[in-house]
Amino acid sequence: MELIKLVGILIVIVGFALKLDSILIIFLAAVTTAFVGGLGVDGLLEALGTNFVANRSMAIFIMILVITGTLERNGLKEAAAELMKKVKSATAGKLVAAYGVLRGIFGAFNVGFGGVAGFVRPVLLPMAEGAVKNEGHEPNEDHMEDIKGMSSAKENVSWFFCQVLFVGGSGGILVQTTLASLGYDVELIDLAKVEIPIAIIAIVVASVVFILRDKKLCNKYYGAGSGTKKTTESKK
Amino acid sequence: MDAIRIININPDINANILLPIVWLIVGFITIYAGIKNLMDKENPSRIGTAVFWCSFGIACAFGTWLPAKVSGALVIIMCIPAIFRRVKVGKVNAPTKEYTKTSFGKIGMKIFIPAFGVAICSILFSLFTNINTMVGITIGVLAGVIILMVYNKDNKPMVFLNDSERFLSMMGPLCMLPQLLGCLGGIFTQAGVGEVVASLVEKIVPKGNVNLGIVVFAIGMVLFTMIMGNAFAAITVMTVGIGGPFILAYGANPVVIGMIALTCGYCGTLLTPMAANFNIVPVAILDMKDRMGVIKNQIIIAGIMLVVQICYMIAFK
Repeated sequence: MELIKLVGILIVIVGFALKLDSILIIFLAAVTTAFVGGLGVDGLLEALGTNFVANRSMAIFIMILVITGTLERNGLKEAAAELMKKVKSATAGKLVAAYGVLRGIFGAFNVGFGGVAGFVRPVLLPMAEGAVKNEGHEPNEDHMEDIKGMSSAKENVSWFFCQVLFVGGSGGILVQTTLASLGYDVELIDLAKVEIPIAIIAIVVASVVFILRDKKLCNKYYGAGSGTKKTTESKK
Repeated sequence: MDAIRIININPDINANILLPIVWLIVGFITIYAGIKNLMDKENPSRIGTAVFWCSFGIACAFGTWLPAKVSGALVIIMCIPAIFRRVKVGKVNAPTKEYTKTSFGKIGMKIFIPAFGVAICSILFSLFTNINTMVGITIGVLAGVIILMVYNKDNKPMVFLNDSERFLSMMGPLCMLPQLLGCLGGIFTQAGVGEVVASLVEKIVPKGNVNLGIVVFAIGMVLFTMIMGNAFAAITVMTVGIGGPFILAYGANPVVIGMIALTCGYCGTLLTPMAANFNIVPVAILDMKDRMGVIKNQIIIAGIMLVVQICYMIAFK
C-alpha cells in the first residue's frame, strides 16, 4: 500500500480547493505524511526542524521589509506616480502597456509601489480615462470595464514574470531548495538568468495584446478610425 | 562564471559567520514584532500574535545552533495561533498622505536609489563575489537604511523597526506560506512521496521520453496551480514527482527545468479564480461588473506564455 503515502498530496489539493486555512492544510499534510511515511513523532519534529532551518532563505523578505515601509513613508509611491505621468499623449491601451513595463522593471528589482489598490485605481485609471477624453470621446462604461480588467491583468503578468528576476525572491529560493532536496545544487543568480527571456516575452506579448485589444474596443465604442493612426495599423 | 568573481572569501565564513548574522537580524526583527504586539492594547489577540512571531523569530535566529527537534517543536507552536486565527493586527502607524507628500517634496526621485539598491547589491554580490546572496541583500538593506537616514532626519532606527512590524502584521501569518511549503516539500521527499507519484505517472508517460516529460510537467504545473490557486504549493509536489524522475534523471538542465516550471505554474495562477488575491480581489477594488473580468483578459497571454515556455524548456534542457 505505497499509495497511502500520497495522502499528503490529497490533503493539499482538497484543502486548497475547499479554501481551508492554508497553514492548517500544510500542517495536516506534513503531519500525516510523516506518519504514513513511518517517520514517527521524533522523525516529524526532526524533519520539520531541519527543513524549516534549511528553508530560512525564504524569510529574507523580512530583512527587506526593514526599508520597504520607510521607503513608502518617504514618498516612493509618489515618485512612481510622477514617473508614470511622464508618459504623455498615449491611448488608454498604451498607458496600460507602459504601466506594465514600469511595473515589470520595478518588480525585477523587488520594488513595489502599490499594486491595484495603491496605484492602478488612484493613478493609472484616471490617466486612462483622461486619455480617452483627450481623443474627444466621453469614456464608455463598457470600455472602462475592459480597461480595468486589462490593467489588473497587466499588473499580474508583469509582477509574476518579473519578480522571478530578483535574485533572492521566494520563487527562486523555493525552486533552489526543492532541487537541493533531490540532490541538484543550483545558484539563485542562474535561476534568475534563465527567466530573463521569458520575462521580456511576457511583457511584450501582454503589451501587444492589450494595445491591439484597446484599439479594437475604441473602434467599437467610438467609431472607426478613432484613437488610431493609419500608419501603425498597416504595420501590424 | 567563477572567473569574474573578484572577491572570494573562505566558504566557512559564509556558512558559519555571515549567514548566521543575517538570520539573527531577521529573527530579532520578528521577535520585536511579537513583543510590540504583546504590549499593544489595541491588538485583539496579543498573546496569539506574540506566540506566532516570537516562535518564528527564535527558530529563525537560533536555528543554526538549536537541535532540529527543538526547531521543529517551535514550528508547531508557531502554527497553532495561525490555525486558530489568533494572529491579529494591532495599532497601525501608517504615514499620512500629507507626510509622504512632504517627504517626496524633500527627497524626490532620489528615493529610487535606496529602493533599487537592495536588488542591485544582491546581483553584484552574486556575480562578483562568492558571498551568499542573502548577505548581499542584507548589505543592500543596511546601505538603504543609511541613505534614508541621510535623506530625512525623521528616519530614526525605531522608525525602520516599527515600519517593518507594520508590514509584517499587514502580511500576517500567510507570509510564512512559502517557507512552510518548502518544509512540506522536504518532508514529502523524505517520506518517499516522489517515488510513489513517479510510479503512477510511469503508467501514462513512458520513461525516457524527456520532451513528453517536459510537456506533462508544464501542463501538470498549470492544472495543479489552477486547482490549488498557488504555484508554490504545486512546484514542490510536481518537481519531486515528475520533474525529477522523468526529466532531470535523464540529464536535463535543472536550472532551466526547475525554474521555468514555476513560471509555467504562474500561467495557471493567471487562469484560476482560486488565486483570489490576484484575480478576484482586484475586481472588487476596481468596482468591476464581471467577476471573471480580470481572468478573461489573461487567458490569451497565459496560453501564449505556456507554449513559449514549453518550447524554451525543450530547446534549452
